[in-house]
Amino acid sequence: MIQIQNVHKSFGDLEVLKGIDLEVNRGEVVSVIGGSGSGKSTLLYCINAIEDIQQGRIIVDDIDVHAKGTNRDKLRQKLGMVFQQWNSFPHLTVLENASLAPRIVLKLSKKEAIEVAKKELNHVGLGDKLDEYPTRMSGGQQQRLAIARALAMRPDYMLFDEVTSALDPELVGEVLDTLRMLRDDGMTMICVTHEIAFAREVSDKVAFFHQGIIEEIGPPEQVIVNPQREATQKFLSKVLH
Amino acid sequence: MEYEFHWNIVFQKLPQLLNGAFVTLHVSVLSMLIGIAIAVLLAIAKMSDARIFSLPATVWVEIARNTPALFQIYMAYFGLGAFGIHLSPYAAVLSALVFVNAGYLTETFRGGFQSIPKTQYSASKSLGMSSTQLYRYIILPQMFRRIYHPMTNQFVWSILMSSLGILVGMNELSGETQRLQSLSFRTLEFFIVAAVMYFLITKFVLFSAALISQKVFKGEL
Repeated sequence: MIQIQNVHKSFGDLEVLKGIDLEVNRGEVVSVIGGSGSGKSTLLYCINAIEDIQQGRIIVDDIDVHAKGTNRDKLRQKLGMVFQQWNSFPHLTVLENASLAPRIVLKLSKKEAIEVAKKELNHVGLGDKLDEYPTRMSGGQQQRLAIARALAMRPDYMLFDEVTSALDPELVGEVLDTLRMLRDDGMTMICVTHEIAFAREVSDKVAFFHQGIIEEIGPPEQVIVNPQREATQKFLSKVLH
Repeated sequence: MEYEFHWNIVFQKLPQLLNGAFVTLHVSVLSMLIGIAIAVLLAIAKMSDARIFSLPATVWVEIARNTPALFQIYMAYFGLGAFGIHLSPYAAVLSALVFVNAGYLTETFRGGFQSIPKTQYSASKSLGMSSTQLYRYIILPQMFRRIYHPMTNQFVWSILMSSLGILVGMNELSGETQRLQSLSFRTLEFFIVAAVMYFLITKFVLFSAALISQKVFKGEL
């Protein structure tokens, strides 16, 4: 379970998160929507401690993420993250991309790490690309590689940061299909996304971020179909045309 | 007046010249290996926000890049000698070349580090890698690849600059050439052959470097 309690985050004078409260239970899919600069992505970076916070607490399975004694490298093993820019490791093959962290972080034997990596790569449909280098693949394929790479660490939670925003429109579908598959597998996910239809379809909860706070949160039927707050209505009317 | 070339004596002394060439190669390879190791650390120190790390690195780089190599060698040989630290000519030239190589390569490496997208760091960290693992498996391999060619240039520079060893009586290629020509008075012949040897050594190094890069660097950045 991820508990986010009154989290404040500033970059210099700019306060990006102004008191966020959110709970994500095991097996839940939570989508975070909102305009750019609303703090959506920043929250994900705070959850896996890539960014510090100034106030509040984030607790992942009873571990206080930003507490002094917390082993952050260990914590991040629980939290898979996939980024807007897919960030494949360009000097490694597809198979090496996915098997490196299981080998060096989880200390699996080379054989075990390769097995785990192959399984996840097959899962996302890259089983025939094992020896390919990522820069020769499409954005959609690289993004699926990033998902497999994160899954190979056997995380308990997956954080998705606008994973389709940098993709050509025709490649968005294959990545969303992969996310749907994960949801069907029962993975706990937080998806920061601009794909409103997708959020509506897969989410248990949708949070609308506006100017650093959660303006509205609830099931998609409420937040997306029948938004209560004016800011939510305005945002949705803009993005849904 | 016509100069008459006499090559015989040069060919007789070829083993000594080759020996000198070997010392030249030896000292430059070693100065590169140690220089690279120090430069990686200096580059990381120089990028640090803590002045206790960045300041010494900056001082090192500034001195190394803005004073002549000849001065470094004199400092190592005569300068340290004044304080009772007596280095052999080989050790003096080696430490001077290490000092300069590390200084120049620090800036090259820093550029290399900074050319790697920040997102590679966050992606690696999100996979639970420690800082050491992140540098060893993700950042350094990409960095070395980007700065490989400037690094080979520095290697060639080291080979050529090691010829300053002549000034402290080192028996590298130039020192050997100097000694042999003074015994035989065939100055031009000896130095022509030495020049050809320098040329061949640097060509050999560049060729090997190209071969190695084909073997080691896979994928595209």
